[in-house]
Amino acid sequence: MTGGSLLEVDHLTKSYARGGVFGRQSFDAVRDVSFSLPAERPEVFAIIGESGSGKTTLARMILNMITPTAGSIRFRGGELTALRSRSDRLAFMKQVQPIFQNPFEAFNPLKRVDRYLLISARNFLGAKSRTERERAADGALNKVGLSLAEIRRRFPHELSGGQLQRVAIARALISEPSLLVADEPVSMVDASLRMSIVNLFRTLRDDLGVSIIYITHDLATAYYISDRIIIMRKGEVVESGPARSVLDKPKHPYSQLLKDSLLSPDPSGKGVLTGTSPAVRQVRAGTHGSEPETQALRLNERSPHEAER
Amino acid sequence: MSEQPLASTDADDAVLRTENLRAYYQMSYFGIEREVRAVDSITMQVRKNEIYGLAGESSCGKTSFIKTIAAAIQPPLNVVGGSVRYSFLDRDIYALTPDERDAIRWRHLSYIMQGSMSVLNPVRRVQRTFEDFAFRHMNLPRGAFLEAVKAHLSRLRLPADVLRAYPHELSGGMRQRVCIALATVCRPEFIIADEPTTALDVVVQKDVLTMIRETQREFGSSMIFVTHDLTVHANVADRLGIMYAGRLVEEGPTAEIFANPMHPYTAHLVASLPRIGEANTRHALPGAPPNLADPPAGCRFHPRCPLAMDICRREVPVLTTLAPDHRVACFAASPEVRPSVGPDRNAAEAVEEERL
Repeated sequence: MTGGSLLEVDHLTKSYARGGVFGRQSFDAVRDVSFSLPAERPEVFAIIGESGSGKTTLARMILNMITPTAGSIRFRGGELTALRSRSDRLAFMKQVQPIFQNPFEAFNPLKRVDRYLLISARNFLGAKSRTERERAADGALNKVGLSLAEIRRRFPHELSGGQLQRVAIARALISEPSLLVADEPVSMVDASLRMSIVNLFRTLRDDLGVSIIYITHDLATAYYISDRIIIMRKGEVVESGPARSVLDKPKHPYSQLLKDSLLSPDPSGKGVLTGTSPAVRQVRAGTHGSEPETQALRLNERSPHEAER
Repeated sequence: MSEQPLASTDADDAVLRTENLRAYYQMSYFGIEREVRAVDSITMQVRKNEIYGLAGESSCGKTSFIKTIAAAIQPPLNVVGGSVRYSFLDRDIYALTPDERDAIRWRHLSYIMQGSMSVLNPVRRVQRTFEDFAFRHMNLPRGAFLEAVKAHLSRLRLPADVLRAYPHELSGGMRQRVCIALATVCRPEFIIADEPTTALDVVVQKDVLTMIRETQREFGSSMIFVTHDLTVHANVADRLGIMYAGRLVEEGPTAEIFANPMHPYTAHLVASLPRIGEANTRHALPGAPPNLADPPAGCRFHPRCPLAMDICRREVPVLTTLAPDHRVACFAASPEVRPSVGPDRNAAEAVEEERL
């Protein structure tokens, strides 16, 4: 690839051990995942899957928060596991920034939100004076359609979910990163404010040249903004390709199941929700036992925490 | 399902009827009085055998409203005026004694909540939870009660062994299904569902919604279904009410609301839904929802409204029937919509006097 890649994920696997001394098993949260993002052209890359499919584990590895069991991640050619010194890590963090799912949990409710922006400006940009930090914070807020005057001295509960998520994005933008990793950034935001966040990602990609890894289970917004997608199931990639063509005609039965599960906003009136498509039955027959009874009571097959996001 | 009676379209056949219902959070700290108008003059009905969808963004008063109609409010939330009447009660629900209220709960009026983990007691098996909730309402000996619960579970296509499980042994979707079974075991006339699928995954969400819909149709209950997600409403609700900042701004049959929204807020909500197969730009609504402690004067939507006129800043529009079964509170929608100053306010006060 000309100019190299921004991010290269190569045969990545993460296993966790389960059980005690006896009957110890290992289970792969992510198994043999590979993809790469080009450096010369920013794009929105979506990772789709239901709860427990390993999306978040993958994101945490890309953010260098957990180390992979096997495989490698290279950011601009540099191996992530080779980052040892504080300055190396800081340089990496400046380039790759996270956005979390629930903005109300990402910010400490007892601290004012502007504090996070000012601290980020100090740590990442080395801004010494208060005016310098405020200028950096204001600049980042302007990119997301807010201004420092609006959020100065505000606590998280004083802002709406959409505003707060935009502040979280502004915080991530302070260091002028080239990659944002957004883990379910809109699932906790109201449906009416969701589009403002999604549109913002589009603007960031087109105007600021930031690549975005967009992790979601919502196929409709993924279709709306992403360039390429991968669909994950139980840690493995089952389908990948350009977003539009994959979602228009999903080939893998699991992708079809996901697409079928998506509720259509067209009001079709009564009785729409009855009956299941062949794809749904096929996937169930293959994996969850044959009958609704066994499928319904899936004790231990997925932990309850996985199923509840 | 064997019998699927269609939702009643007769406006007189109401199970729940609220009139000019107002419930405010009234706080007084250090001599400073604060009033948050979470539910403001809501007049609506839920008919027999229908799912009434209630949509609106967070902090628009949806949850306060359903707490008020369930008479499950605690100070600082107080009912300031208006009435809540159910067809199975001869009086306003607020005229009942606490004991009488306890007796109708679960038997006639039940609740499906959002966090299934916090509904089911984590240290008791599911069977014990069924006993805690429903035993005294079913009026059956213990053996027969257990049989009835099992029959109910099998009707909802749940395996009987869930009764022996602890909540943490069940997946999130399964737990939510158990909660639905719990809420319908007494075959109540009226069910309140508060964001029952918001915490669930897409795949599980569809299954749970199907179950809610089928259960409601089979038992012929009426349901008020609250969520901010319009795509969910499109698939389950018969009629839809849109709430904005404590007020009902539009109400009508679901298909009609989606095809022909008359309030600019509804129109925006419908237009901004992303769909597979369409990638043209969706515009987000500028601005933020208003602070209910200090709502804008006049129509509460006017600061964000693309059609705002002079009158919107001064007067409050009344919910007016503009098409059959379709009520809208917007001056721009039709000249028939009148401001609510004189007559409406008097009506509200008259209702209040009646209550006292």
